[in-house]
Amino acid sequence: MIEKAFKEASKYYYGWLLFLLVLIGTGFGFYLVQLNQGLTVTGMSRDVSWGLYIAQFTFFVGVAASAVMVVLPYYLHNVKEFGRITVVGEFLAVASVIMCMLFIVVDMGMPMRVLNMILFPTPNSPMFWDFMVLTGYLLLNILIAWNVLEAERKAISAPKWVKTLTYVSIPWAVSIHTVTAFLYSGLPGRHYWLTALIAPKFLVGAFATGPALLILICFALKKFANFDAGKEAIRKLSIIVTYAFSITIFLLGVEFFVAFFSQVPGHMHSLQYLFMGSHGHNAMVPFMWIFAILAVIALYLLINPKTRSKDGTLIIACIAVFLAMLIEKGLAFVVAGLVVNPFGRITEYLPTINELFITLGIWAIGIFIISIFYRIVISVKENTGI
Amino acid sequence: MNNSRNIIIGIAVLVILFSYPFWGSFGKSAAAPDISFNTPEIQSLAEAQCIEDAEFMRGNHMQLLSDWKVSVVREGNRVYVSEANGEEYNMSLQNTCLECHSNKDQFCDACHDFADVDPTCWTCHVE
Amino acid sequence: MLNKGGEVMDINRRKFIKFGGACALGLGVMPLVNVVASNNPKFLPSSKALAGNKWGMAIDMSKCDYCNDCIDACHLAHNVPSIGNTKEEVKWLWTEPHENALPYQSHDYVDESTKNRDVLVLCNHCENPSCVRVCPTQATFKRKDGVVMMDYHRCIGCRYCMAACPYGARSFNFSDPRPHIEEVNKEFPTRTKGVVEKCNLCDERLSVGLPPACVEACPNGVFTFGDLDDPNSDVRKLLASSYNIQRKISYGTKPKIYYIV
Repeated sequence: MIEKAFKEASKYYYGWLLFLLVLIGTGFGFYLVQLNQGLTVTGMSRDVSWGLYIAQFTFFVGVAASAVMVVLPYYLHNVKEFGRITVVGEFLAVASVIMCMLFIVVDMGMPMRVLNMILFPTPNSPMFWDFMVLTGYLLLNILIAWNVLEAERKAISAPKWVKTLTYVSIPWAVSIHTVTAFLYSGLPGRHYWLTALIAPKFLVGAFATGPALLILICFALKKFANFDAGKEAIRKLSIIVTYAFSITIFLLGVEFFVAFFSQVPGHMHSLQYLFMGSHGHNAMVPFMWIFAILAVIALYLLINPKTRSKDGTLIIACIAVFLAMLIEKGLAFVVAGLVVNPFGRITEYLPTINELFITLGIWAIGIFIISIFYRIVISVKENTGI
Repeated sequence: MNNSRNIIIGIAVLVILFSYPFWGSFGKSAAAPDISFNTPEIQSLAEAQCIEDAEFMRGNHMQLLSDWKVSVVREGNRVYVSEANGEEYNMSLQNTCLECHSNKDQFCDACHDFADVDPTCWTCHVE
Repeated sequence: MLNKGGEVMDINRRKFIKFGGACALGLGVMPLVNVVASNNPKFLPSSKALAGNKWGMAIDMSKCDYCNDCIDACHLAHNVPSIGNTKEEVKWLWTEPHENALPYQSHDYVDESTKNRDVLVLCNHCENPSCVRVCPTQATFKRKDGVVMMDYHRCIGCRYCMAACPYGARSFNFSDPRPHIEEVNKEFPTRTKGVVEKCNLCDERLSVGLPPACVEACPNGVFTFGDLDDPNSDVRKLLASSYNIQRKISYGTKPKIYYIV
């Protein structure tokens, strides 16, 4: 089936792939520099020991988990409108999980020792479990999506075991983001993270970001590849994004109450740093206010049914949701937890050019993977009319 | 199948590239490693004896060092009882092995370079 | 495969799975065999080694004149690099202002002498260490004598332990430390770029009967080191007779460094 990605491809498609390969190559070159010199080429420090890489990892675990937002309604509740896009969501999950794993590898100080996680399994460590569940989720989605697509191509129904795997993938999707949340929420001494709210916040944020991205992907596929997911599918997805994003912002909001009503310094400090700056340190403040503006725009455009149902404004809303969550989960969350160090001092963090290009390279890998996969999906669906 | 010509050419290129280590070294031979035991510490020993005999060390020093690493770091046991002579030695690459074999270049590296082995010990353990 | 009648039979899925399971079981037994076989009589503790169940330390800052001998001794003995910038510095033992080291004892009207008395901080070698709980490879682990050790061979540099430590005791090697080591101690290894490091409670000295380097180097008796499990040890007697506090007790990590106040 993979040959379908390259059959009768236009020069624009190859140009696009080439562009992505250039980005990937550049990122790889910067990674070689990082391997050679060590993580000193990043903006991380003794205090902010996790930065853009781990934040992006966290963000994309969310995108990966969000495949469940199309799979669950379709398989458990017969929402037929999602029938055309379950494989789109599942392949997005595959690309996202691969990106997650790459973000971990580029963040590691000793990446050549990554097998130690398998040689010396440590069940008490959330990171061990994160590795296990992410690998399992990757395999699940590859198997499910490939076999469903293969069955569509042959115009038969998928074998029964694929459906079993699909049912397994639903709680598994929840688990990958819960375990990732557990990486943070079980650490004493990190006040910004030590809350049970992290896991629900992550999940519901993912259920906003993923479908928003999926809507954007569907519009892009309609424009560039003549693939129509269907107006109903888009409509239902937009409602999911609306509710999920509203709840996400609510969960963010309640944190403000807990911090500032209790007046406990440990709880207030990180939020103060993010939104108002602390003791002259305010590198994240512009990002957070952009996030706030984007969130307001997104909420208005999504909650108002007129703007939600119009393609143009829906696209703006989804971009706003995606960028807002990218800032909050893909940068601010991790940084704010570490910026206030255990001695109460502030050490700021901003990613370096090196980090940005490596991150861009990994993004390009993810986009490359879905470019290949989606061309196969579209080609199969064109031929079979499913 | 009109792709068969390209496929066969591709396979041929692959085989040639992958077998380079074999045909690329036809007619060349590397000299056997020239290991030197000529260090002041070894010369001053009454009997030039390592913690185990040379035969054992040649084949097992890798596993031995690995076992030492586990024993010293993870269990806190630093005394090694030699099988050859029952003597007790401190399990330390830097302070026991390199104490006598202080010529790393002519001892450790000579064999390792010949075998094209690159142990990562030396990024941390001081020569 | 032949069946009872001597005819060739294809292996069926069930038999294959049974066979595979048996193989997996066999492979799974291997680590057990290794564990059993590893009780190796050839590897012994030194007879001179200090024996203890629960190594700990009491620090009395009122005796400290900030000569830095302890820090110098520690960093020299262990090839701790001087990176030269606070963002990437590596430190095993250092001083912090009172309000930063002991935030739960700090308020607006602390007495002058306490306020100005900087506190020596280091890894607390906790009894319930959060860093050990999170390490995905057990590169940091708690030894039975109470020392929270680092296995630099196994560390993958994920820095999860650094996030988990509520005391900021851990440092990461952002670059190759060797160029930054002023004087290399040839009897102790350095570390490599990409691993996390911290105070090891001088386990290499304990195993030959010596107290930690900082304890020995101090001319004023700031440090009292000993086995907290032994009610007759110096450290226990000191703790029993003087008011003492710990850093961030509320986290439940049960640190084993005590500060005499």
